[in-house]
Amino acid sequence: MECIIEEAESQRPFECDALSLYSDLPLLVVLPETVEQVQQVLRVCHQLCVPVVARGAGTGLSAGAMPHPEGILLCLSKLDRILDIDVLARTARVQPGVSNLSISEAAASHRLYYAPDPSSQIACTIGGNVSENSGGVHCLKYGLTVHNILSLNVLTVEGEALTIGSMGLDSPGYDLMALLTGSEGLLGIITEVTVRLLPLPELAQVVMAGFDSVSTAGDAVGAIIAAGIIPAGLEMMDRLAIQAAEDFAQAGYPREAAAILLCEVDGTSEEVAQHTQEIARLFEQHGATSLTISRDEAQRALLWKGRKAAFPAIGRLSPDYYCMDGTIPRSQLSFVLNEIYRLSEQYALPVANVFHAGDGNLHPLIMFDASDPMAIHRAEAFGAKILELSVSVGGCITGEHGVGVEKLGQMTSQFTTQELLQFEDIKHAFDPALNLNPGKGIPILKRCQEYRALPARHQHD
Amino acid sequence: MTDQHRPLQSENRSEHIIDALQQARKTRSPVYINGGGSKQHLMGRNCDYTVLDVSEHRGIVDYQPQELVITARAGTPLVDIIAVLAAEGQSLSFEPPLFNGIATLGGTLACNLSGPARPWSGSIRDMVLGVQLINGKCEQLNFGGKVIKNVAGYDVSRLQAGALGTLGVLCEVSLKVLPRAEKTLTLCYDMSAPEAVRHMNQRAGQPKPLSGAFWLNGQLHLRVSGAASAVDSTVVQWGGEIVTSDDILWEQLREMTLPFFKDTGALWRFSVQSSAEVRLDFGTTLIDWCGAQRWVHGEHPAEALQQAAVEAGGHVSLFRGGDRNTEVRSPLNSVEQGLQQRLKKSFDPDGILNPGRLYSWL
Repeated sequence: MECIIEEAESQRPFECDALSLYSDLPLLVVLPETVEQVQQVLRVCHQLCVPVVARGAGTGLSAGAMPHPEGILLCLSKLDRILDIDVLARTARVQPGVSNLSISEAAASHRLYYAPDPSSQIACTIGGNVSENSGGVHCLKYGLTVHNILSLNVLTVEGEALTIGSMGLDSPGYDLMALLTGSEGLLGIITEVTVRLLPLPELAQVVMAGFDSVSTAGDAVGAIIAAGIIPAGLEMMDRLAIQAAEDFAQAGYPREAAAILLCEVDGTSEEVAQHTQEIARLFEQHGATSLTISRDEAQRALLWKGRKAAFPAIGRLSPDYYCMDGTIPRSQLSFVLNEIYRLSEQYALPVANVFHAGDGNLHPLIMFDASDPMAIHRAEAFGAKILELSVSVGGCITGEHGVGVEKLGQMTSQFTTQELLQFEDIKHAFDPALNLNPGKGIPILKRCQEYRALPARHQHD
Repeated sequence: MTDQHRPLQSENRSEHIIDALQQARKTRSPVYINGGGSKQHLMGRNCDYTVLDVSEHRGIVDYQPQELVITARAGTPLVDIIAVLAAEGQSLSFEPPLFNGIATLGGTLACNLSGPARPWSGSIRDMVLGVQLINGKCEQLNFGGKVIKNVAGYDVSRLQAGALGTLGVLCEVSLKVLPRAEKTLTLCYDMSAPEAVRHMNQRAGQPKPLSGAFWLNGQLHLRVSGAASAVDSTVVQWGGEIVTSDDILWEQLREMTLPFFKDTGALWRFSVQSSAEVRLDFGTTLIDWCGAQRWVHGEHPAEALQQAAVEAGGHVSLFRGGDRNTEVRSPLNSVEQGLQQRLKKSFDPDGILNPGRLYSWL
């Protein structure tokens, strides 16, 4: 494959990430094969003041990797080597284009794995994971990307090389790694990542329970936490999501339930036995209408298959869907879901909800038809309302998908002008000419008033 | 929040802090931010500025046990927070040192101090969810939040960990908290330091509830905590001598009150790759954090220690004692130094917040 793509038609596959509502073509797509080439690209772009947008596998869900029409799309997917696995130190040194899952696959022979597991883990790259601070279904217990990396090699916008973090558990001076993680490609270009690996648990088991309302399911989640158990994963799905997933995956979900919980516990075999029994008892106490404990790995995989297939399953019911990503305090779950159902009627668009219940991260999937411009408009307005609702109950506009282009408008509902200005000052410290992924992540000061006035759509420069 | 959660003292002094900072900014005279004062002579360089006392800005603002989140003002003593959490069977999983009960939440975040559980349960840097701070422009700002996942905007909350107050005066901190372990046991083994480093790292690679690993004076201590069934089965499988009154041992390690720490001279802290080779030429070493944190005493040339730290994949700092008017941390290269200076300026353009506390140039 060539390293520079100029033709518009060949650039088409790069015009958007997984949020295809937003798309554009860049001046050039470049696919460097070495870190030195990345450095050259950055130096040239810095000299010529050309915007640079980094891209991994393009699985992002907030248009963070949408090309800039006057810029370079810097595609890091060819930097895809696992450089080293240190078994004793339990670390892996990898290039940014390595897929999330392949790290765990490479470590598996040492009985180790990389914990964060976003739904797109087959395809998404570690560089993208760092840029978005990706989570997954196991982050209540095992943390986000920021908790599972030790060190980054970064190129500044000028093309200067920098190693941040260390092989130890902290670094001198300011924690630039914390700042770079989740910074959506606005502060630097990641060229190498050292991740922490964890021992594969002896055993994992899933308890699935059906409930006749989302609020009883929500109470059951609280009861597990109150009992002092931190599940490896704790997921909720509502009626529409259950039915779509069951049609798609035949996972054995109770179709009649208003909500299901999938609760995974892992650890030593004794601990898992102890906790599955406790969880099953708590679910029954809280009015579970059905209960299944996975017998073996095959059944555990099947129970997860439905959840992991929820997005494509919804995709079969509707020409398009729009995935939201607000987080809320769990105690607000019932209120928020009922509000979402009310908004669903108001906007005349169906919505299915999947929810990382353990950590309060809600993914409403708004179904619409993108061939109808009015439906697009309604879906976006509905989505914006959900994010504002999340903020109003003490939550935030994005738990793991990032701001990108999509949520620039809602940044003003979560942050004050002074806070946004502080973000902009941080951006200036790294990239004074605003050449790294401009128009994403944080609203730009001079446009701030417009953001407050306009709905979220195409507000990038 | 029920009444039993309400600590004795609760006061919002942020107006007072803003006033003091405005004065400092007007007169271009920096402040030294002080909470409980427990870390005044630790970690940072000497700073002789007007003291900004934030210890009265205290109190628990919000605690929802089922959300696993607590929010408190920065001047709140950790002991108050721990007591409130304990009543609900929860804890600060990063095991911060309490320093005779005077360590505060804000100071602990500013210093990024965590105890023996750090490699497994994370640091305060890992657990912080949100902060309210006042920057050098006297603006009271909120970052992050009270939910476990939040990726909107740059992670300014985590950036405060280890910044020693140089980017803002911390006002409120929200933390993720966790249930206390059901059971804890400690095992002891006689072995040399190099053997111990290998052994603890091998153990950490096994799927067992390891929660502490330190070596001192020929003895390796491994702590296992978690579900009672998992702790019991692990102890049977691993063998070794079970230590009685082990909570005192780990407390002394956490509080730095073990006899090893009695020496009042220079105390150096290495933060290195956990499996890095043990250097025996710097005298007695205490190895904690499964090998990732190592302590040595004495007057050594800083360059020799820094070189050793680089070879071990990390850095070294003069944690306590020694010459605190010079640099006390490993040097940064010019590119990173420039970034750090610009970052400082973005929060504190007039340099009124603890300037020179981290580095002379910051």
